Amino acid sequence: MGFHHHMSTDKRNIKAKKSITALPKTPTGIKGLDEITEGGLPTGRPTLLCGDAGCGKTLMSVEFIMRGATEFNEPGVFMAFEEKAEELADNVASLGFDLRKLQDEKKIRVDHVHIDRSEIEETGEYDLEGLFVRLGYAIDSIGAKRVVLDTIENLFSGLDNQAVLRAEVRRLFHFLKDKGVTAIITGERGAGRLTRQGLEEYVSDCVILLDHRIINQISTRRLRVVKYRGTVHGTNEYPFLINRNGISVLPITTLKLNTEASTERVSSGIPALDGMLGGKGFYKGSSVLVSGTAGTGKTSIAAYFAAAACERKEKCLYFAFEESPAQICRNIRSIGIDLQQYVDNGRLKFHASRPTIYGLEMHLVIMHDLIREFKPDVVVLDPITNLITIGSVSEVKSMLIRMIDFLQEQEITVMFTALSLNTIINDQTDEGISSLVDAWLLVRDIEFNGERNRGMYIMKSRGMRHSNQVREFVITDKGIDLVDVYLGPGGVLTGSAREAQQIEEKTGAALRDHAVSRKDREILRKRSVLEAKISSLQSEFESAEEELNKIYLEEELKKQITEKTREEITRRRRGNS
Amino acid sequence: MKTEHKAWELRLYVAGKTAKSITALNNLKKYCEEHLKGQYKIEVIDLLVNPQLAEGDQILAIPTLVRKVPEPIRKIIGDLSNEEKVLVGLNIIPAN
Repeated sequence: MGFHHHMSTDKRNIKAKKSITALPKTPTGIKGLDEITEGGLPTGRPTLLCGDAGCGKTLMSVEFIMRGATEFNEPGVFMAFEEKAEELADNVASLGFDLRKLQDEKKIRVDHVHIDRSEIEETGEYDLEGLFVRLGYAIDSIGAKRVVLDTIENLFSGLDNQAVLRAEVRRLFHFLKDKGVTAIITGERGAGRLTRQGLEEYVSDCVILLDHRIINQISTRRLRVVKYRGTVHGTNEYPFLINRNGISVLPITTLKLNTEASTERVSSGIPALDGMLGGKGFYKGSSVLVSGTAGTGKTSIAAYFAAAACERKEKCLYFAFEESPAQICRNIRSIGIDLQQYVDNGRLKFHASRPTIYGLEMHLVIMHDLIREFKPDVVVLDPITNLITIGSVSEVKSMLIRMIDFLQEQEITVMFTALSLNTIINDQTDEGISSLVDAWLLVRDIEFNGERNRGMYIMKSRGMRHSNQVREFVITDKGIDLVDVYLGPGGVLTGSAREAQQIEEKTGAALRDHAVSRKDREILRKRSVLEAKISSLQSEFESAEEELNKIYLEEELKKQITEKTREEITRRRRGNS
Repeated sequence: MKTEHKAWELRLYVAGKTAKSITALNNLKKYCEEHLKGQYKIEVIDLLVNPQLAEGDQILAIPTLVRKVPEPIRKIIGDLSNEEKVLVGLNIIPAN
């Protein structure tokens, strides 16, 4: 019977392998864990969950049982080898579950295994059949599909005969498989190996390691899938968080670059800026970096962006890493925007935290959590540069990649602000981060003529025509505006220099106009003078000509008369002779 | 064993009639007859029949002998092959 059963399972497995779906999996219901394991824990098989004391393995296994009972209709047995009943109840209550109710409904069964070494004497041969009976009874009494044994290694300190214990633990793993329950067996981290008692030798399907480290006085929890038979799993360490909703593991996205790119546009909230961005604003689901030196109005730009989203009846989640929400609201009110109304109507949610409270990854996990909960359309991170105080540039970068990927997947448009100091390190930051984002706005001080003005540049904006011009960025009590800067012969002019230049231009024009009309009159005058001269010359010429003509005629006349006279004389002489 | 109350109330947990269980019960009976004649009561609980009883006395190992009375509760696990250990464990003879 068993043989035939195995045969058919094998055949099914071969078939399954062909269609790529390998081992059947049981979802844990723990946020992120099912994504990392591509579906959950191996169904009907034991998984070893190991880590140091206080790493969160008990809580994780409690959550596995609770979610199974409440969300997946899979009753569960929790066999506790170390925790006292009250502690376990507290643990469960902290996740928002009612242990007693679930026990009454026969969805959960808890068995506390208490071993008091001082009470026990050993003599002669024994086995752990009692434990098997208890476990079997607990499973059968509620039809359990899930089992947790936490922490079975305590048996080893409670009993002497290690050889018997080893054999029995091995038998226990087989027993669990025969029962067909999906089990978590926890184990404490040992020196140089995963568990003190080498439990990993008995578990061939799935081993998960939890880790709790303090780096720079900041606690960071991590999870690693050490082994998962038949499943492609990342060997990465995934950060996780324990909060009121339980455990949240942050999957490092596999950088699937297949997210659909939206052609929908989202207004920046500043019409003139939209104008620079092809007239429509940012792409929906894109990432925008606003960087600039201190006091250049990055938060103001972010606030406009947030307010515009709220005005569109969208939701905005604003992560403030520098100022408190109250401060931001007050400051932004002074430039004509009331953010508080959006907070009140639930469209805007602030989450303020000092970067140094947690590690980078914890921030990321918290952000993930809040985003999943609030489901915003638009997210603001102001400023991300403060996070660099707790991590290196490359760490921040990898965190942002993950953040951007996650947001892109959800089609959430994100705006980061970044403080750039005029130092090499921060130039690198800008460069490092700017390569990740779709659009980069740079607000820079332009110091000129004894005053400081702001210029806005669009350093890049992927996939759209955008202005390459610098605009002067003006913040008044009426709000933000972008003014066309004056491009004079001396370059870009801003502030009063721009105004002065504009005035100068106007005067110049007037003067030129004036000059032109004077010159016109001069020409007219010159012309009339010349014309007068010409006419006088002409009359002079005419009189000279007349004179010449007169002389000519007289000469002609004289000549004629002379010739006549000579002919007369000649004729007379001839007649006389 | 007609008297209700005995000075020694012993409970032996077994799981089916295994060699270890039979050895344990035989050993226990022998020691009791030798040292506690007329003052003891042995109750054998087969967990294969009554699995729900395992949790109450915190039974893990089989066989387990539990001294319910006199208090405090003592437990001896194994086939009880070492007489001296059993007697010391049950506080029948003092430890030396």
